[in-house]
Amino acid sequence: MPTPSRSWREIPQRYRLEAGKCTGCGFICFPPRLVCPRCGSREFTKTKLADSGKLLTYTIIRVAPHQYVDQAPYAVGIAEQDDGTNLTAQIVDCDFQDLKIGMRVKIEFRKIYEEGEAGVILYGYKFVKE
Amino acid sequence: MRNVAVIGVGMAKWGELWGKSLRDIFVETALLAIEDAGLDRIDSMYVGCMSPGLFIGQEHLASLLPDYLGRNPVPTVRVESACSSGGLALRQGFIDVASGMSNIVLVGGVEKMTDVNGHEATYALGTAADQEYEGYHGLTFPGLYAMMAHAHMAKYGTTREQLAMVAVKNHDNGSKNPLAQFPFKITIEGVLGSVLVADPLRVLDCSPITDGAAAVILCPLDMAKRMKKPGVRIAGSGHATDTIALSSRRDITWIESTHLAAQKALAMAGRKIEDINLFEVHDCFTIAEIMATEALGIVKKGQGGKAVQEGLTSLRGRFPVNPSGGLKAKGHPVGATGVAQAVEVVKQLRGEAGARQVGGAKLGLTQNMGGTGGSSVVHIFEAE
Amino acid sequence: MSGIIGYGAYVPRNRIKVEEIAKVWGADAPSYKKGLMLEEKSVPSPDQDTITMAVEASKRALKRAGIDPKEIGAVYVGSESHPYAVKPSGTVLAEALGATPEVHTADFEFACKAGTEGMFVALSLVQAGAIKFGLAVGADTSQGAPGDALEYSAAAGAAAFIFGNAPLVAEALETYSYTTDTPDFWRREYQYYPQHGGRFTGDPAYFKHIMGAAEGIMAKAKMKPSDFQYVVFHQPNGKFPLRVGELLGFEKKQIEPGWLVPKLGNTYSGSSPLGLTATLDISKPGDMILIVSYGSGAGSDAFIFKVTKRIDEVRDLAPKTRSLLDANKNYLEYGAYAKYRGKIRKAD
Repeated sequence: MPTPSRSWREIPQRYRLEAGKCTGCGFICFPPRLVCPRCGSREFTKTKLADSGKLLTYTIIRVAPHQYVDQAPYAVGIAEQDDGTNLTAQIVDCDFQDLKIGMRVKIEFRKIYEEGEAGVILYGYKFVKE
Repeated sequence: MRNVAVIGVGMAKWGELWGKSLRDIFVETALLAIEDAGLDRIDSMYVGCMSPGLFIGQEHLASLLPDYLGRNPVPTVRVESACSSGGLALRQGFIDVASGMSNIVLVGGVEKMTDVNGHEATYALGTAADQEYEGYHGLTFPGLYAMMAHAHMAKYGTTREQLAMVAVKNHDNGSKNPLAQFPFKITIEGVLGSVLVADPLRVLDCSPITDGAAAVILCPLDMAKRMKKPGVRIAGSGHATDTIALSSRRDITWIESTHLAAQKALAMAGRKIEDINLFEVHDCFTIAEIMATEALGIVKKGQGGKAVQEGLTSLRGRFPVNPSGGLKAKGHPVGATGVAQAVEVVKQLRGEAGARQVGGAKLGLTQNMGGTGGSSVVHIFEAE
Repeated sequence: MSGIIGYGAYVPRNRIKVEEIAKVWGADAPSYKKGLMLEEKSVPSPDQDTITMAVEASKRALKRAGIDPKEIGAVYVGSESHPYAVKPSGTVLAEALGATPEVHTADFEFACKAGTEGMFVALSLVQAGAIKFGLAVGADTSQGAPGDALEYSAAAGAAAFIFGNAPLVAEALETYSYTTDTPDFWRREYQYYPQHGGRFTGDPAYFKHIMGAAEGIMAKAKMKPSDFQYVVFHQPNGKFPLRVGELLGFEKKQIEPGWLVPKLGNTYSGSSPLGLTATLDISKPGDMILIVSYGSGAGSDAFIFKVTKRIDEVRDLAPKTRSLLDANKNYLEYGAYAKYRGKIRKAD
């Protein structure tokens, strides 16, 4: 079991979707990075991802990794947020037959998993229908 | 840079090898390759293995494997690039001989996957993805490829049946491979009726969990000629990386790293894709083979599904893909796959592929891929 | 002048009907429905808890308040189902909203009135001038013991209120708390389900404290039931709030807008707070609203709010409470419900 530091470090991204905007080319890095993958610049300004977007693709996971077994089946997708950034997350509160590529989605704060009965609870973002 | 030949190959039956440990499996296979080569000296070893740490709690293969092969103090490197660990080990071995640093190099690949249960294996395989931004959201490998499949189907009209045809073709070929984990045929109905793993992919779209190893012996081409061994030369080697997360790709329906690696390998070999007689590609999932054929340039973008439907990539087709049975029928002990692809191509170029033999095979290509295309390694082999 | 500057509600989409629960335990559904005046209750998904609902309700409150979260001086979460026994729900909430690090955070616990406790303290700090804005949330994913009467009503939901001096949506005119040591309903540490005193939870508990607080605040404010447009009571079932309203001299039409329990169940710390958000949703400038919570153990907090003109500007900035009750519902069978609520014993 990893120590809590690993998940704690990602809180600004998982709770608030904080990202870095490259001052060189405007590319939005989520999570923030030290080097822009598009132009190689090392300077960024703080920004946040847009709250809504549209689904580029999705699947329904039926055979899950062990921390997620109780949640299966669940949908996961990649959405293009309204600021042009792609984001991967589960899609919840949507009947599977209503899922469609191109569907509008927005972010909601949810539990991701618990590290067993006694471990830390990890939170983050998921998509719901807009 | 010297020309490099493959003078020995080794592979045993793959499957759930309950009675054999990782060391047993590796050593047994390495000995087969050494025997096939007819050489006793080894200057260095490169072994691809994705995650002995997660699967069996063992690291430091770089000491363990030469030890159990009885070859200490031979310098050994364990190479890791997720599912392209084997292909990358081959490339490192190739560079070692081509550069003149070593003369006789053993390249192996091994994975022991059945000492953990299914969920833990799924987790271990999942570490090839972005842990914090893909794995964290409950994604598995089937899930990632399912998203690629879904997008590919929406963009290009690739059908569920075309995906199934890849599995059926590979099992047809695998049924002719005595070393394959699943040497039997399957049907399209069987694929479409199998249990869903991650929509739209079903169990029979997915390569299995396998224990196994593969090994080849490399030496300078001149040495192979002097020894009068059937010469198979490594004519080209290419390697490229791409973003680890699928969501970061510019086009989630295209495998850019395979495309770039193939271009580099072809350039080195001085060949065009049309010159290649057979391909061993990375069909970890049926959609992966379809996308690989497009990225390699065998067919145009989006046409991979149509190609398999029209028989272009069947054993007797214009561009036979996965005559060995591919990962689907042969098995996918992760670190071994890239080397096993080379074993098959070498056997084919030597004319030793039995019922799977592609007639007149002179040039073969292997494409080994890590994760969802975060890394790709392509090699081209030529019969001398 | 201090009061509510923003409010928000959150209800999960899953529901289970009384008939579905009754069928499993061999109970008579019609008599439960009639006796409790309850049809169905909300059920949280496995990925929802007090914290996740508190975050979403608070974001909606922020939308209505229109303030920078960094200016929030206090974040309080009241619940009897905090995800941790030790580690506050409030810190996750404060972090998720971007209110950290300069903020006071505390978790409150007092059975079903933990939400209004937080509201009481946040409002007081604003009134004292100690903070500019204070956030208080009442949220619960309460558990009812399988087969027990409380299983029919124990539900999930969250309501959030931001207090400040401006821009006011509802001015807080008066507060009053009534407390005694009354063991009507309790849960010992390490016990999974609560216990209760059966009929003892009625007159000496719920009714005594709600009436004590309601009569106390009306005396303090020199007001009578007819001075209010609306009144919200804690809603453990459909019957109790109507009966206590009747006993106090209120009319059913004053209670109805905030009477959510028949289709929602008892959201415990969210119960009267959600009744308040639902009432604010339909209120008009100048309306007087009385809210009286109840928490077993026992006590009641009462508040008198006067709605301002600003309600017309903010009501539509976030989903209304009634729409959350009606929209996107997903009915569960008992098996799925038991799985979601962790009532099934699994291998270690």
